[in-house]
Parts: sequence; structure tokens; C-alpha cells
Amino acid sequence: MTTEFTFQDNAAKNASAGHLAAGALAAGHLPDDAPIFDTEKMSISMGPSHPSTHGVLRLQLELDGDNVTHCEPVIGYLHRGDEKIAENMTYNQFVPYTDRLDYLAPLANNVAYAIAVEQLAGLKVPPRCAAIRVLVAELARISSHLLGFGSFAMDTGAWTPFLYQFTEREKLYTLFEELAGARFTTSYTRIGGVARDLPEGWLQRVGGFCDQFLPRLEEMLAMLTRNKIFQDRTVGIAVISKEDALAYGLTGPNLRGSGIGFDLRKDKPYSGYEQYEFDVPVGSTGDCYDRYLCRGEEIRQSVRIVRQVIKTMPDGPWYAADTEEARRIFAPRKDKVLTKMEELINNFMIVTTGPQIPPGEAYFEAENPKGALGFYIVSKGGGVPWRMKIRSPSFCTLSILPKICKGAMMSDLVSILGSLDFVMGECDR
Amino acid sequence: MTAASTAASTAAPTVVSVAASTAVLTAAPVSISAATAGGIVAALREKFPQDADKITPRASADHPAINIPATAAVAILTHLRDAHGYDMLADLTAIDWAEGASPRFTVVWHLLSVASAPDASASGTSASDAHAKPGSYLRVAAGCANDAEPEMPSVAAIWPGANWHERETYDMFGITFTGHPDPRRILMWDGYPHHPLRKEFPLAGVEGELPDPEVAAETKTKLIAAPMAGGPFVASSGGLNIGENEPRAKDESWNENAEKPKAEGLKG
Repeated sequence: MTTEFTFQDNAAKNASAGHLAAGALAAGHLPDDAPIFDTEKMSISMGPSHPSTHGVLRLQLELDGDNVTHCEPVIGYLHRGDEKIAENMTYNQFVPYTDRLDYLAPLANNVAYAIAVEQLAGLKVPPRCAAIRVLVAELARISSHLLGFGSFAMDTGAWTPFLYQFTEREKLYTLFEELAGARFTTSYTRIGGVARDLPEGWLQRVGGFCDQFLPRLEEMLAMLTRNKIFQDRTVGIAVISKEDALAYGLTGPNLRGSGIGFDLRKDKPYSGYEQYEFDVPVGSTGDCYDRYLCRGEEIRQSVRIVRQVIKTMPDGPWYAADTEEARRIFAPRKDKVLTKMEELINNFMIVTTGPQIPPGEAYFEAENPKGALGFYIVSKGGGVPWRMKIRSPSFCTLSILPKICKGAMMSDLVSILGSLDFVMGECDR
Repeated sequence: MTAASTAASTAAPTVVSVAASTAVLTAAPVSISAATAGGIVAALREKFPQDADKITPRASADHPAINIPATAAVAILTHLRDAHGYDMLADLTAIDWAEGASPRFTVVWHLLSVASAPDASASGTSASDAHAKPGSYLRVAAGCANDAEPEMPSVAAIWPGANWHERETYDMFGITFTGHPDPRRILMWDGYPHHPLRKEFPLAGVEGELPDPEVAAETKTKLIAAPMAGGPFVASSGGLNIGENEPRAKDESWNENAEKPKAEGLKG
């Protein structure tokens, strides 16, 4: 943290200007018009290592007293060149990298990436695979939103919800571990399907989680929603108008908090979202409190979707049909690979040269917890993308900071950052 | 479970999987999806008669896509936002078609329609016909005229959110956005000499100085090329023979004991 301001020796200055007798200062009597403090703008760095910037974000602030007169986000501390890396490896090899974009919802990133590549390849996945993807994406949303409002509450001084939500997230991560073998970096989807079918009895355990989770969720939200301190810190703070939200490309709960009921799951359904009933919560004023309320309600709606998926989970294959066309894109089942020559060669080709994606370009956005995560893939044919752009919702969210932080109080910045719920791994890529 | 839902539920016609060169993608081959862009192309040609021959449908595996001339980009994009309802700039990026291709750099805007048409309740009116339905995307692309010093007009005045996207595109590709209010790097630091997403920039990175000379003097360290460069997991795009497609060491002149990639020869 750098601090740049000069300390003014006011007493000496005033004495030399003849405003003040030396004795008056000693006795504590100052004339009413005495210029005691010269006010100066102070420039400070908040971050990149600061608990409430949620990652390596640096805000270059210019303060006038407690008021922020200028706020410039400095990003790039977590830039790893994911897009460059993607141009140098096969489509399958990139799946683990998607875990590390929004690392609070890796399952949702896996799903978005797989659908983007399938859209380019023109590949259809069976209903069971689509339902599994919806299920895991919604569980990821619950987990991400829990941390989102938990850390938001912690930033505004409420410690308890954070501990409560971590307990619930722990249960979710145990479910993820059972499903994908990893708690955090799941890498669960594949081009054309998912890594493996659901474990025995897993759906019942997810249902059991939902049953015990809902009362706990209400408890957590009750601690904040009518909490006077929390309201004082969030109501009317950093109002984002509908026009600004659109102009800056805000998506997800940040867009809906501003009163625009746009949700890709409703307006551009993918992976069979159109079969499930759920509501899209919308804020009324667009302040920090509305964004919190939207996330809270979205968790309830996600539980609703999860329960519907459990009830209607179709049987059947969880990988795309093994046709002649598909043989160019994904490897055959392992039992065939290990017993048949043709399939063994096919498996070797897919592993070494990658899925043979036709030339063309495709853009797919998924409604992720942080907003719309997009993949723009340009293929010249072959197993490696020529160009892959990752459209990061956190990047767009942060670009509005200079606008909404201007004029805010310094202490409101933590509320604003908490309410926007961004992830630097995704912002910097 | 009767609903035949699939992940790739959009009408995604498979592009014929023959070897296609850059020219196939940047020119205007007729495909099914290009036809869906026909309405917009016709409307734009009518609105911008002087650029009519340069507004063409663009090959696409999913959404409607059009090519527009760079000179009219701001006017056309403003028109698409105001008259056609593409009110959000979902994404802005560029493609580097590598040295030798012309135009070498293509800037791509992805527009998204979020709000419904204002008169959507009065169905069947001609005004709402032009207005895109919420949730529809449009891909707009324009080639940069100058391959050595690419330029593109900035749309930050139309969508303030484009500000950061254009800074990133400048940072990664070196495309100057004319009229941009704050043309600085964003992910790399100010003063970084290269544009890393250009095709000639090696995956390993190149050796160079640390951004802060004080830190560099104190730690006596510098930027070093990543040890995995040219390693076993590097594959490349578009190759037709197996040897090129296979992930393998591409740059065999370099290993732990030999010379590291140098900054010379890279364009700044």
C-alpha cells in the first residue's frame, strides 16, 4: 500500500502568516476563520492483497476525506494467458483449465465449455447427459452464491452467515468429490458427454442435501435480510441503473438486481433448461441490497430446479451416440477400446490429435453464477482451436466500478465489491 | 421424459468438414446459417447504400453473422443497437490470422438482444419485426485494413463496456482503437513490449525485464521463458497431417540446455 500525502505544519504556517498569536495556540484558542487543515486529495491503493477485494484486485483510489473521487481498478495480477494456452492444446486438454476460471463454480464452467465445443461440432448429447449437466450447474450455482453472499456479509461485519454457508458448501463439495473425484477442480464434462455416470445412490443424497439445506438457507438469509446493520450498509448503496447495467454488459444477478429480468436459462435455453420450472428474481432499485436479495432467491430457485431434475432424471446413455461422425470427435467406450482393434486405433487418434472439429466459428454463453460465461471458438479444423476467446462476466462487472464508486464512501467500497461477486481467476484469465 | 432436449439445441448445421483455409472463413461462403443473416444484411444494405457491397453474410456454425467494413463500423453498430434491438455488447475480441494473411486481424463484436421491443405487445407491427427477440445474438466482424499497424474505430462511446474489451484487444493483439478514451494496456503492465496473443509470440513467453526496475535491481531477476515451452503437450491448429496435429515439441532447437527464445524478431 502506498500513501501519498504531505503533512502540513499548520501551526507554523499560520503563525508565520500572522493569523495567530503563539500563545493562543498553546492555550487551545483558535480564531473561527483559522485554516486548521488544508484538505488534500489522497491517493491510496486498495489491494492487490486485501481481504475484501476477493482476490488480487487493486483499486487505485483518490480520496477526498472519506469520499472516493476516483476509482481505477487495476487488473491482470492473475493473468495466466488461458487463451494462448488454449490455442496450443487439444480441445479435451483444455477442460481442466476451465476449472480455474471461476474457481467457485468449476462444474458450471465445465458445462459451458463442453456445450460451446459441441455447438461448433454440431454434436447432440442424450437427455440424461443434458439433465446431469443442468443438475451439476445448479449445484455449482448454490455453492457459488452461498460463498457470494457469505463473504459479502463478512465484509459488512456479519461473521456468522459465512460460517454457516461454509458448512453447507462442505456438504456440497463432498457430493462433488463423489461425483467427479475432486472437490474443487472437478473437470467433469467431456466433449460429447460427462466423465462418468452418476454414482449409485448419488441422486438420493443430493435430494437429502436439499431437504436439510433449505431450512438452513432460510436461517442464513434471515440473519441478513432484516438485519438493520446489514441494511444500513447496503440499501441505496451503489445503485446501478438499467441503462448502465446494459451499457456495461453486466450479466447474471448483477443485471437482474438492476431490474432487467434477463436470464439465458429462460431467454436462450440450453441443455434442456426449458423443461424445468423456475422463476427469475428481479431487483427494483439496483443497489447492493437488491443484488444480495437476487442471489438469495436464486439459491431457492436452484434448489427447485435440482429437485425437478432428480425427479425427472432420464435413464439411458450419458454420452453422445457412438456414430461414425462421433468417432472423429470423441473416443469410444473404454471396454471397447481395450478389446477391439479399430476402437483402440480410434482412441489413440483422439488422444494424440484431439477431436476433429470442423472449420467454423461458434459463440456460446451459459448462465453461470457470476453471469454469462462465453466461449468464442474459431476452428480451422483439427483438434486445436485457432482462437478461443473467453468472455468473462467478472471482467465486465468490474469495468463498471469507476462509474459506481465515484462519490461513494470509502467504507462502502467493501459493500460494493461484495455485492458484485466477482472472481479474479475469471476476470484475468 | 419425452422432451428431446439436447445440449446443442440451437439449429446448428454442421459445417462441411473439408479442409478450409482462412479465405473460406473470411469470405462469404453460402451456408444455411448465413441465410438467416440475410434479413439483417438486406436491411443494412438499404440503410448504408455506400457500403452495400461490403456488408456480407459471414459463415457461422450457430448465430447469424455478418461482415461489415471497418470504416462504417461505428455507424452500423449504432444502427444495430438502436433500430434492431441489439442493446448489449456481449463480447468484443479479435482474431489474428497469422502473418501473411490479409486482412491479418479481424475484430469481432458479439451483440445480444436483452430487452423486448418497446411495442412488443402490439404484435405484428412492422417496427417490432426488425427488433431482435430477447436472447438472440448477432456476430459482426470487420477486417483491419492495415496489417502492420491495425486500427479499428472504437465503440466505447456506444457501449461504455467496450472500453475494457478494447483495451484488452489492444493489449493482446496491438490493434489501436481510434477514438478510445483511455488507450492503455489492461492485463499486461504498461510498458510491456509485446502483444502476447499474436501468433508469432511463443507460448513460452520471451525473456525480458521486470516491470519495476527497483524490484529488478533488488531481486536481480528477470522475466524468464516458461520451461514447458515446446514441451510434450503442445499441439497446433488446422494441420492436416498427423505429424503436425500431434502434440509434440514444436521448437526442437530449444531445450533446457540450449538457447531460450529471444525478443528479437518479434514485432512490438
